[in-house]
Amino acid sequence: MTIYTRRRIINIFNLSMSFLTMAFGLFWLGWILVTLFQQGLGALDWTVFTQNTPPPGESGGLLNAIVGSLIMTALGVLIGAPLGVLAGTYLAEYGRHSRLASAVRFINDILLSAPSIIVGLFIFTVVVMAMGSFSGFAGSLALAVIALPVIVRTTENMLALVPGRLREAAAALGAPTWLVIVRISYRAARAGIVTGILLAVARISGETAPLLFTALNNQFFSADLGRPMANLPVTIFQFALSPYRDWQDLAWAGSLLITLAVLAISIVARVLVRPKGSK
Amino acid sequence: MQANLHGEAFPADRTAAGISHAVQGPTLNRQHSVADFLFANATRIAAVTVLVVLLGIMISLAVGSIPAFREFGLSFAWTEVWNPVTQEFGALAPIYGTLVTSLIAMIIAVPVSFGIALFITELSPGFLRRPLGIAIELLAGIPSIIYGMWGLFVFAPWFGENVQPWVTEHLGNWPVIGGLFDGPPLGIGMFTAGLILAIMVIPFISAVMRDVFEVVPPVLKESSYAVGATTWEVVRNIVLPYTKVGIVGGVMLGLGRALGETMAVTFVIGNAHRIDPSLFMPGTTISATLANEFAEADAGIYTSSLFALGLILFLLTFIVLVLAKLLLLRLQRGEGKSA
Repeated sequence: MTIYTRRRIINIFNLSMSFLTMAFGLFWLGWILVTLFQQGLGALDWTVFTQNTPPPGESGGLLNAIVGSLIMTALGVLIGAPLGVLAGTYLAEYGRHSRLASAVRFINDILLSAPSIIVGLFIFTVVVMAMGSFSGFAGSLALAVIALPVIVRTTENMLALVPGRLREAAAALGAPTWLVIVRISYRAARAGIVTGILLAVARISGETAPLLFTALNNQFFSADLGRPMANLPVTIFQFALSPYRDWQDLAWAGSLLITLAVLAISIVARVLVRPKGSK
Repeated sequence: MQANLHGEAFPADRTAAGISHAVQGPTLNRQHSVADFLFANATRIAAVTVLVVLLGIMISLAVGSIPAFREFGLSFAWTEVWNPVTQEFGALAPIYGTLVTSLIAMIIAVPVSFGIALFITELSPGFLRRPLGIAIELLAGIPSIIYGMWGLFVFAPWFGENVQPWVTEHLGNWPVIGGLFDGPPLGIGMFTAGLILAIMVIPFISAVMRDVFEVVPPVLKESSYAVGATTWEVVRNIVLPYTKVGIVGGVMLGLGRALGETMAVTFVIGNAHRIDPSLFMPGTTISATLANEFAEADAGIYTSSLFALGLILFLLTFIVLVLAKLLLLRLQRGEGKSA
């Protein structure tokens, strides 16, 4: 065998392996999505949206869990988004290469990948123990802590894309710094910042681990932020591991709902901003 | 005053303030400088919040775990017993499970992510790049609890019925590695958890690899092709050496994710506090232990031991993530120099 043939064979072999790994990745995606739709669509009907979670052996829905999840996700974003956008603004507009900005940037990237269950422990210590009970508020705060680094990161990146000339032009007309940022930078980067917030919503709406010992769960309907609050992820966790067929079906329906919501949000976010240099 | 508030970001600022002072009069100018002051400090406080959160996490974990370390000493970290009845706790089994499942995940995910990144950047036809990239990113978008349910209800039974018996029969009596694949075909266990972790971290690792592959200057690749290198040789001798640091950074990032992943593992690992040589046997991880036991643990030494577990997990992931970040920063800096 000549060296040439050998090199060709190695080349073809390795490139085929690369193709196979791609197929490997898509295979799992396909398998998971097909399962989810098969099981979820069968279990999904109107009662899921109109009735509360049932006691074992009875039929019911997920109304309280859906409402609880919506409340906590919304509140989590309401807390996380302003903080995140402001912090991102500091990094991109004020701090830039200052020591504080570098430290915040570094720590933010760590928080971005930190285990979410640890966030649950943190909020348990500072909120649940202080208030004396599990609560929807604690759950929202835990979600806010998870949303924060996502929003900081995207806000900074998007503001960094705004050309410096726009800011200089505004400043030359006499606009003070804060007006330049609010009227020029934010406006130019609006789609990107909204995308970051949407990505954060997508991320936190499926989070389970930080809610396990902050919001706990609630079998009944409750919109009281000071008490344990039902939510989809923890309900899915409990129902899926239960021996009751009805509960497992509801868990599948809930899983399908969450996945559809997350995918829909991601698609909207993607449409809003096509990454620079996309092919 | 404005100059030192905003630093070098707004060199034009001093002039701007001067103009508005001259044109609009002193009152408006004062209002603006108050607003400027408030806004600048609001952003700074928000930025500091990020630091405070991390600090708060560290402190709350450390304080929570003090009773456990006082009771069991540092040997908590290498004691295997975990008995809520006798109030004796040790972290060895969860630590072992965390490391082993993450190792399995890395062994599977690193080559696969590399192949995927290679396929998307070098081989795929242009019109397929974006859809393929999105499809792999979708894997990252699926909430981890869905992986858990799928793993428990679909994958584990299939795996236990079709794959495990075969593997145990053919590899189970090999010397050395045989013990890894011994045991009844339960479906769930350390290996299943590791495999599902692998699927979950593939999108993260391959995304970083794609990004770093794209910073390789085309001139280098083209020169290599021009002297007759095959695609694989270009990857092996040009792309890999150039992006080495970034690849390791991406792998560490994936490892950080795998170590801390909770829900998917909790569903499929079996939650048994023991160390079994077989990968097909149930085990537990730090995060799975926390997820299963924390809400029901009685206050005192049990809860504190769980906090101590959390602290160990946090330190593990923190070190891994810091390393990842430093490696990726090094690559970025190198990129800046060569450009």
